[in-house]
Amino acid sequence: MPKSWFLRAGLLTGLLFLYIPIALLIVLSFNDNRSVSVWSEFSFRWYGELLRDDQLLSAAWLSIRVAFISASFAVVLGTMAGMMLARFGMFKGRAFFSGMVSAPLVMPEVIMGLAMLLLFVSMEQMFGWPEGRGMLTIILAHITFTMSFVTVVVQSRLVSMDASLEEAAMDLGARPAKVFFVITLPLIAPAIVSGWLLAFTLSLDDLVITSFVSGPGSTTLPQIVFSSVRLGLSPKVNALATIVVAIVAIGIIAAGIYNAQQEKQRRRDEQMAQQGS
Amino acid sequence: MATAQPSRTQTRLEPWRDPDEKPYVRIEKVTKKFGDFTAVDDVSLSIYRGEFFSLLGGSGSGKTTLLRMLAGFERPTEGKIFIDGIDMSNVPPYERPVNMMFQSYALFPHMTVESNIAFGLHQDKVGKAEIKERVADALNLVQLSQFGKRKPHQLSGGQRQRVALARALVKRPKLLLLDEPLGALDKKLREQTQFELVNIQEKVGITFIVVTHDQEEAMTMSSRIAVMNRGYIAQIGTPTEIYEYPNSRFTAEFIGSVNMFHGRIMESEPDHSLIRSDEADCDLYVSHPGHVAPGTECWVAVRPEKIAITKEGPATEGGRNQAMGTVKEIAYLGDVSIYEIELDTGKRVRVTAPMVTRRTEMPITWEDRVYLSWRPFAGSVLTS
Repeated sequence: MPKSWFLRAGLLTGLLFLYIPIALLIVLSFNDNRSVSVWSEFSFRWYGELLRDDQLLSAAWLSIRVAFISASFAVVLGTMAGMMLARFGMFKGRAFFSGMVSAPLVMPEVIMGLAMLLLFVSMEQMFGWPEGRGMLTIILAHITFTMSFVTVVVQSRLVSMDASLEEAAMDLGARPAKVFFVITLPLIAPAIVSGWLLAFTLSLDDLVITSFVSGPGSTTLPQIVFSSVRLGLSPKVNALATIVVAIVAIGIIAAGIYNAQQEKQRRRDEQMAQQGS
Repeated sequence: MATAQPSRTQTRLEPWRDPDEKPYVRIEKVTKKFGDFTAVDDVSLSIYRGEFFSLLGGSGSGKTTLLRMLAGFERPTEGKIFIDGIDMSNVPPYERPVNMMFQSYALFPHMTVESNIAFGLHQDKVGKAEIKERVADALNLVQLSQFGKRKPHQLSGGQRQRVALARALVKRPKLLLLDEPLGALDKKLREQTQFELVNIQEKVGITFIVVTHDQEEAMTMSSRIAVMNRGYIAQIGTPTEIYEYPNSRFTAEFIGSVNMFHGRIMESEPDHSLIRSDEADCDLYVSHPGHVAPGTECWVAVRPEKIAITKEGPATEGGRNQAMGTVKEIAYLGDVSIYEIELDTGKRVRVTAPMVTRRTEMPITWEDRVYLSWRPFAGSVLTS
């Protein structure tokens, strides 16, 4: 199909709209000027300063640990909830459960954060746990809201999966627990992996809920970035952002190559099946 | 209908005719309700060892639900199921001596053909050497020996079907349940596989229960058929019994095609019935024992291939079992031709005639006046 100038222009506008801000950020991260918006010369100065900034690095390390732990717990809970919704038919209270699980998807973060804070404070008053606000409370809050996303991803995968696979395994003598670990889990693994990644990403850049439930001495990366912006933008933040963009880009390109190879393999297999019949 | 009867029915024992024979599978007054909907309605069935039994019905007839209750995936709302004398009410699917071949085949996509077949044996903690041997035997049985290392998506539809069969057979179940086993195959392959399935069943000697909506499939393969309609069993019998002696209008119309003449019983004797039919505009003489009181409303079912079509008047006595009409439609199928004739009463009758000789010119053509006639044994008297 010959592409009309209109489509080309539309595509170009869209791409520019999406990527000019990011491109600008990357370019400015190599700027040797203390002022963010004045270009002087190319340098890696801010990358060096970034590596010497202990506060920023420890915040990044905290964020990664929080994201890793909460994503892992969210995957376990989310998979359980997804199984419940996809495989256990119309049990009593299903609609209620389904609504509750997906509520965090639509609930304003401010309200979620406030609710979490109130819960933690009153729990501490009642039985002294969790003690104060810190990494633990951040993780608990993150598990709560990322779990919903995992549930949605896993549930939709389970619904599209042929339920007779599980019945067949049971028919051949496998008990329900074994069916889950030997048949269901390997088949929904892609959904679990993408659920984990989604939870990890959401946790990593959450600011609003974290602000409510974090305490002194537990400051995550988004909090540092946000507060440093208020004090006056340092080009160090640009350098940090560029590194994050680079990591994400590499991940996406690797996934793309992997998918293309899988597709090629699948096509070869299908051809083999045709010839073999 | 051009259905080849497998020769085995002649040599085979017919355990259901022996009153001393114990049924292998006994379904006792089983009802299954989903909410307000009754999927299976008070079904009782006895199936004997070594049978190839078909549950035949349209969609929503409850045949699959009945099969799933045998496998243990659904629990009967009422009634009991016995397999080899053991009550299955509280036996979960993974402990039943039953295996099922699923309509979608349900092959595990992340395992090779060999691991798929070995899966059931692993659950039973069978020894490694024995598993290897039995998997090889099963692959051999379905002629897929060289495909053991492949994944399911590397196989064609027909091969997948055979892997599913091998996987279900390898555990040597007491009972094999097959849900539309040939449904996903194309027509040519399906006809070929029908006989293969029968041969495999005879070789392994396992009792098969097949769910199908395809009457030709059921007729070809089964020792007996249960025709199901809206959750109840309309008729149970051998393929011949069901085809030649339907017990209701539903079975007669569901299996093959049939002409129904509405009428009223005039004579009901031990050796015949006589029915007056205004639709056929003649008296119908049926040479089966009459079992309905005179005066009752009834239908006489006559199969299209049992009606003779001629241009000259037939010499049947007293004008019984004969009608006159005009040819309205002709379908030439090669082996047979189907004629649709409008009787003078307005009733349309379907007649099939085999094309014995090779002719380019058809002896009977559109708008011809023709005589229809059939022998006394051809009809069946139906009251429901």
